[in-house]
Amino acid sequence: MPPIISVKDLSKTYGTGLSALKDINLDINKGEIFALLGPNGAGKTTLISIICGIVTPSSGSVTVGGHDIVTGYRAARSMIGLVPQELTADMFETVWTTVSFSRGLFGKWPNPVYIEKILKDLTLWDKKDSKLMTLSGGMKRRVLIAKALSHEPSILFLDEPTAGVDVELRKEMWQVVRDLRDSGVTIILTTHYIREAEDMADRIGVINKGELILVEDKHELMHKLGQKQLTLQLHEAIDTIPAELGSHDLKLGNGGSELVYTYDSQGPRTGITHLLTDLSQAGIRFKDLDTSQSSLEDIFVDLVRRDR
Amino acid sequence: MNLPAIISIYKFEMARWGRTFLQSLVSPVIATSLYFVVFGAAIGSRITEIEGVPYGAFIVPGLIMLTLLTQSVANASFGIYFPRFTGTIYEHLSAPISPVEIVVGYVGAAATKSIILGLIILATAALFVPLQIDHPVWMAGFLVLTAVTFSLLGFVIGIWADGFEQLQLVPLLIITPLTFLGGTFYSLNVLPPVWQTVSLFNPVVYLVSGFRWSFYGTSDVSIEVSLVMIGLFLAICLGAVWWIFKTGYRLKS
Repeated sequence: MPPIISVKDLSKTYGTGLSALKDINLDINKGEIFALLGPNGAGKTTLISIICGIVTPSSGSVTVGGHDIVTGYRAARSMIGLVPQELTADMFETVWTTVSFSRGLFGKWPNPVYIEKILKDLTLWDKKDSKLMTLSGGMKRRVLIAKALSHEPSILFLDEPTAGVDVELRKEMWQVVRDLRDSGVTIILTTHYIREAEDMADRIGVINKGELILVEDKHELMHKLGQKQLTLQLHEAIDTIPAELGSHDLKLGNGGSELVYTYDSQGPRTGITHLLTDLSQAGIRFKDLDTSQSSLEDIFVDLVRRDR
Repeated sequence: MNLPAIISIYKFEMARWGRTFLQSLVSPVIATSLYFVVFGAAIGSRITEIEGVPYGAFIVPGLIMLTLLTQSVANASFGIYFPRFTGTIYEHLSAPISPVEIVVGYVGAAATKSIILGLIILATAALFVPLQIDHPVWMAGFLVLTAVTFSLLGFVIGIWADGFEQLQLVPLLIITPLTFLGGTFYSLNVLPPVWQTVSLFNPVVYLVSGFRWSFYGTSDVSIEVSLVMIGLFLAICLGAVWWIFKTGYRLKS
């Protein structure tokens, strides 16, 4: 199946000389949730803005549903809904008016039944006649989602959708996103809550200093880059790691009462058996053990640090 | 053509106008009525007829033009500046809508508002002074053409402005003085020859003159010249709007 979004050799240099994107190549598959991660200023919003038509690229091309975003902008943009990072809204308008306005702007005739469904799905129905200025930050964020969904897009961009949103509302919003994905909507999100990307995304892209340094299936990424750690709780604390254990990747933890062994779970040998034998020979006994796997956050931080 | 988008922008802008009824409608009508009372009844009663037209009636076309110009510019500039100010312009830029459709929506709404105001002022004037309209079709034509042209100018100002002060700058420092000096309250014939020549560099002279001709059949400059000048000004404004969207000036980075 051809990708629903295809980005080819995309670069963007702003008038100030800032090179925000450098030769980006990226395909987004239909129906997936793609998480774009990167530190502040990495180029995430610029990439999204170019695809949506807000920023003009310096070079390269983008197609959405097979339509070039420049020559076929009407067809391309009709497919896209965008939830921006900033809480930008017509503060003097009511929820109903602003969502209906967005639908019209995207070329759809009024459909009160559909708008009602969106507002109910996003638990905004009670606020439909409220002016946006009277709503909380979380509510405003939901209104932005409702606006983005008002024209029934098949692709939804969520740029930091949960920034400043409380935990409960965040969970509700992710449920809405899951439901959208289940209904066939392709979702591209950026978030600072990497745990959310870990929970939600099918694929992960990491962008840093305008370069896409990694695009990978989430599970494969964690599989490939995820390191495991074996923590041994010692019977008796030690001051230093004995020399005969020097061949193992060991660190002392918790004031010498723990030995932490880092290993590659996908390697041909984990080295655990060898370590346990060496520990026994060194006379070091342990009373408990525990293993843990790197989170996506660890992987992300590591990737970005390596790229510096 | 994205007709739903044009209608949405148009209705949105008209609804905003309705919400600020006092400021948008009542205020200019009261202000113009005061002009009629002061210049028409109080001072005007001491001024003889100008080119065969009682002074109170003579100033009506000019006053309508004054409102038309200032309101067209104000409505259109605020209409497009506000989404820029609040940041909601991202929606317009990411929507499947062409620059022409955006302009038709905003300029259409701004022109409609000022034409409605112009007609209300015309009706109000009829309460104070005896009116005649010799060429009603031409009058309507001038009304629409001027409203559209100055709404386009307002749209350009709304894109150019970087703050509310700049938004007020052009209407306050350029449009209003040019209108007052454009023959709104007098005929160019009463000026010394030098100032008559200087006045011909004021584009508003041609608008007021042409519009007044449609009422009373008399004008400071010929109707053909007035039409050419309005057409020229319209072309300049259209060119500026075209350039804005071509370059993305103040809209896209």
